[in-house]
Amino acid sequence: MDTNQTVLEREGHAAAAEAPALLPPVDIVEDENGITLKADLPGVSREGLSIRVDGDTLTVEGAVALGESKDMQAVYAEVRVARYRRSFVLARDLDTEAIDAAMKNGVLTLCVPKREQAKPRRIEVKAG
Amino acid sequence: MFPSLTRFPGELFPDFEALQRQVEQLLGASSWPSSIRAAGRGAFPAINMGVTADAVEIYAFAPGLDPGRIDVSLDKGLLVISGERADELPQESDKVSIYADERFSGAFRRAITLPEDADPGRVEASYRNGVLRIVVPKRESAKPRRVEVKDAAA
Repeated sequence: MDTNQTVLEREGHAAAAEAPALLPPVDIVEDENGITLKADLPGVSREGLSIRVDGDTLTVEGAVALGESKDMQAVYAEVRVARYRRSFVLARDLDTEAIDAAMKNGVLTLCVPKREQAKPRRIEVKAG
Repeated sequence: MFPSLTRFPGELFPDFEALQRQVEQLLGASSWPSSIRAAGRGAFPAINMGVTADAVEIYAFAPGLDPGRIDVSLDKGLLVISGERADELPQESDKVSIYADERFSGAFRRAITLPEDADPGRVEASYRNGVLRIVVPKRESAKPRRVEVKDAAA
C-alpha cells in the first residue's frame, strides 16, 4: 500500500496566514476497516477542540486552557504556544462523512473508516 | 517574566524554536548554558512553571495517563514526576500498517527544582485534560505583605 496516498501530511498548510501553533505528535495506524489517528493534545478540552474536513484535508486544532489564575507569571516554560494544529490529506478511499472522534485525558482518537467499496474483498478468478 | 503561562507575544517563539532546532541539528546539543536538570527537547512530559502571590504551580503536559498511576514525590525542594505510558500501537502485520509512531511510550521521570520560597509540606496535585497540575503554596513568610507605617510623631 502506498503510504503517501493514504494519509499525507500537509506540510505548513497555509501556515503563514494562521496563528502560530504547535505540531502535536501523532500515531497513525491502518487496518482493514480504516485509519486510526491518535494525537497528544494535553490541556485541550472537548470544547477547545476543532476537527475540520475541507475537501480532502483533515485539520485538527486545539486550544490549550490550563485554567491558571490571571496574576500568574511564568518562570519556566517548555510549552510556549497555547494552540495545536496539524493537517492531513485524506485519500479518496476514506469515508470523511463517518469520522469518529473521542477525547480522553488529552489524547484525541480519530477513526476514519474506509468506504464500503474500498474495503478489501476477494476477487473470484473465473476458470477460463 | 512572561505575561502568561502559555500566551507569548507574537510569532517570535515558534520561529525562534524552529531556528533553534535547526541549529541543534547542525551542532549537536545546545551550547547554551541551561538548568542542570532541564531535559533535552521533546522530553516527556513537557513542563511549565509559574508563580502567583500565594503559590508555585507546575503544569506537566502528560496526556493519556491513568491519574492513579502518576507518581509525584518531593524531596528537599526537588519535585519528581514519574510514571509510565503504555505503548498502544498494535503489532504491524500484513493487515495492519503503522504510518506514524511519534507519541511517547515507556517510562518517564522528570525532576524540577522548586523555588526556595515554596512550602513542600502542602502539595496538591490534580489531573485534567491530560495536564498534571501541582500546586505548592509559598511559605507564609514569603508571601507579599503590607507593612503598616506607624506615625512616629504621635
